[in-house]
Amino acid sequence: MSIHHHLDAASLMRYAAGDLDPAFAVVVASHLAMCDECRQAVRVAEAVGGACLSDMPEAALSDGSFTRLSRMIDADTGSNDEHPAAPPPPANDPAADVPLPLSSLVGKSLDELQWRLVVPGVYRHRIELADTRSSLFMLKIGPGRKMPEHGHGGTEMTLILRGSYRDAIGRFARGDIADLDEHVEHQPVVDSDDPCICLVATEEPTRFKGIVSRLMQPLVGI
Amino acid sequence: MLKVLRMEEPTEDPGQKTDQAQFEALISAVAVQRDKSAFETLFVRFGPRIKGMMLGSGASQDLAEDLMQEVMLTVWRKAALYAPERGTVSTWIFTIARNARIDRLRRQPVQPYVDVETVSIASDAPSAEAEMITGQRGELVREALQRLPKEQRDVIELAFNQYMPQSEIARKLDLPIGTVKSRTRLAYKKLKENLEDLR
Ligand SMILES: [Zn+2]
Repeated sequence: MSIHHHLDAASLMRYAAGDLDPAFAVVVASHLAMCDECRQAVRVAEAVGGACLSDMPEAALSDGSFTRLSRMIDADTGSNDEHPAAPPPPANDPAADVPLPLSSLVGKSLDELQWRLVVPGVYRHRIELADTRSSLFMLKIGPGRKMPEHGHGGTEMTLILRGSYRDAIGRFARGDIADLDEHVEHQPVVDSDDPCICLVATEEPTRFKGIVSRLMQPLVGI
Repeated sequence: MLKVLRMEEPTEDPGQKTDQAQFEALISAVAVQRDKSAFETLFVRFGPRIKGMMLGSGASQDLAEDLMQEVMLTVWRKAALYAPERGTVSTWIFTIARNARIDRLRRQPVQPYVDVETVSIASDAPSAEAEMITGQRGELVREALQRLPKEQRDVIELAFNQYMPQSEIARKLDLPIGTVKSRTRLAYKKLKENLEDLR
């Protein structure tokens, strides 16, 4: 798969450090599942964590700390003692519609999702997550349709899963991620023959601009 | 697994075993022979450092101790899944600690990380370049980190040593969040360059 738009380095580092909101972690992980290059880059970022751990000052452990752990190990039945080298089943099918981190949440097929019309030509599938202050949802936008223009209250990430769109930044197709900073304005237009399906995380509820959108916002709650 | 064979290979500096070579041998002894004294050596080395990270991130003594034990128990259980070509032992243990913390301290689902790991095991062929950067010569990452300008290193160390969220780093250093982001970005770029130079 040829991917042209990748994760921002700051996002890679936050993912590696464990500092992403769950909604963004799902989008980043889904891109990583599709992108060899960013998976390599995350290893470099994780190696920073390894180096920091090596240089960490030592904290005092509780008395008998190892003895307690040792007892846990002896009593441990949940280990993979019997098949220590068994690899997990191959789970990554590059041809699969839905990358593994997303299929844990929405299932394996993009064709079986339930969509809700939000504005003509634009459908949404909301994904509920615990412990998040951000929104995670999927959008399906018809060919030739514009996403209503929206500014960003905060960071936003969009991962393309099917079809493609074009905006001021460039063309985004399957596997591409738009990892946008605050204050970036863009107005994607779907340029594929089929509807474009993407996964979106936003820091705050997206606010559509324009009179019609503004009027519709209370109704669509997007 | 492959790593058992890899241990036989001469290291770059045959006179002096690197930390990484020693840790790899210990992990392998845990994985293959279920060697408890090898595990204790790893525990003595990493336990206090893992606890230090947990304390730094605001965990209480009890929670930090408990998380450290959980991380080391995972090291015992999953030793056979450690793959040197994907990173150093320190890096592997760091990711286990990060995941344990996400799971517990922040009550966030760690599933995305687990899924990426599964994908990675299923599809990544070890490449010489990746191994160079993250594997055998992992100590170079420490050196590259030391070479960063202080203002960049500070941001990185808060994020990784104390698991400090970006927004808190911004508050602590009294910087706009955009500046924290751009320093992180620059640090990553510089690290990669430094790693190239140190080869
Ligand atoms: Zn990428």
